[in-house]
Amino acid sequence: MSQQERVYKDPDINMETEHYWEGAKNGKLLMKKCNSCGKTHFYPRAICPVCSSNDTEWYEASGKGKIYSYSIMRRSEIPYVMAYVTLDEGVTMMSNIVESDFDDIKIGKAVEVTFRKTEGNQSLPVFRLSK
Amino acid sequence: MSRMSKAYIAGIYEHPTRKAVDKTIPQLHAEVAIGALKDAGLTKDDVDGYFCDGDAPGLGGMSMAEYMGLNLTYTDTTETGGSSYVVHVGHAVEAIAAGKCNVALITLAGRPRAEGLTTLGARDRGGELPERGFEIPYAPVITNMYGMAAMRHMYEYGTTSEQLAWIKVAASHHAQHNEYAMLRDVVTVEDVINSPMISDPLHRLDCCVISDGGGALIVVSPEIAKSLGDRCVKVLGHGEAVKHLNGGNFDLTYTGAAKSGPIAFAEANVKPADIDYASIYDSFTITVLETIEDLGFCEKGQGGKFVSGGNLISGVGKLPFNTDGGGLCNNHPSNRGGMTKVIEAVRQLRGEAHPKVQVPDCTLALAHGTGGQISTRTGAGTVILGRNDA
Repeated sequence: MSQQERVYKDPDINMETEHYWEGAKNGKLLMKKCNSCGKTHFYPRAICPVCSSNDTEWYEASGKGKIYSYSIMRRSEIPYVMAYVTLDEGVTMMSNIVESDFDDIKIGKAVEVTFRKTEGNQSLPVFRLSK
Repeated sequence: MSRMSKAYIAGIYEHPTRKAVDKTIPQLHAEVAIGALKDAGLTKDDVDGYFCDGDAPGLGGMSMAEYMGLNLTYTDTTETGGSSYVVHVGHAVEAIAAGKCNVALITLAGRPRAEGLTTLGARDRGGELPERGFEIPYAPVITNMYGMAAMRHMYEYGTTSEQLAWIKVAASHHAQHNEYAMLRDVVTVEDVINSPMISDPLHRLDCCVISDGGGALIVVSPEIAKSLGDRCVKVLGHGEAVKHLNGGNFDLTYTGAAKSGPIAFAEANVKPADIDYASIYDSFTITVLETIEDLGFCEKGQGGKFVSGGNLISGVGKLPFNTDGGGLCNNHPSNRGGMTKVIEAVRQLRGEAHPKVQVPDCTLALAHGTGGQISTRTGAGTVILGRNDA
């Protein structure tokens, strides 16, 4: 069955993360990379969690990845798919898988980013199975 | 040869209630404290160290110390979720060994059931949580977060729902003998996999109960233990760890037990094969399966095979676990199960478990707590305990 959409809560936005959410409003999935160690980390921080450098930089991710794991929350009024998605950039992020039939969702399947409006009109990155 | 112990567990108490509509949370803390002190043969005036977690009302332990009339020289309010009390045992041992206190009281109490709390709503504890914006909008709840760990373990190792079900089956075999257990009916593998799906692949019977109540522990110095007699239990080793999402680079098929376990075993100078009884945190069946692997009772990925066929049932299998029925069937007070894990391990070492589940000649026991969520940020605490003559 195709998914019914639920209402998404607003994200907390602060000085460290406002750029990420501005990007989402413009349809971009932004990541933070450290200029000192070269690693991307998630969630984005002012201080790199790998090497502690404060020389971190935003860039636009491909928006493509694979499902690392998922769980279909059936006991919710509107069932939904909780997932971890490993991006092509190497980091794994929490998200929801939308649009897709529950039965089609499998670990390892390719997904692509899309966006949903939250209750306060913020844009939230979510994923759907790649066509 | 008798093993050295820097401190002993002298008193235990598990509150008999599972639904506390007519009691406050501070009252429950005080009741479990009095119960454990009585069990030890001590009074509250003997207590000079107090341990609780962030779930206790008030700033740190101060409000509860005032409520109970404690006169303290030492306090520790380490918060690692449901593993806190296992961690507190380790911290109490070190504080006693350092001469900072002599009688440590550890309490847990809560009433989520009376307050009508469920695990369905997103857990939003507010504050300045740095990860919150990147998680709460996606509606993470306890069941779907543990569901993702189970799903990944199945994907990597071929673990099945039937194998996970055996963990619940074993717990139910023990719970039938516990008059206080919430769920006393013996269930089968079919019962578990035919129960409603909550969040794939976890069924209702893969999940623990929600209960009110609590428990308390008394940890004392060797000198005081000597005066209290041979019901005191040795604390031979302790390990703890924190595991998190590591900047987006993580593996959901293991828990913090992979670190806390080896530390505890090394300190106690024993091996997994030496353990006669194990209390393993069981918020969900998958929690037990991953923890058993991480603690070294079997190889990583072989947990499904290990737990099958009743291997966790006392008198039947090689690793009797959670003989009180555990969180899956007996009690998970305040959604935090580490306390009851230590309590049942002490009962086993004293020979005071229910006769139907008592492990014969139980000399060495392990208790493990898992806090937070194994799919995000999780605390781990392992203790290895020995009978008084171990």
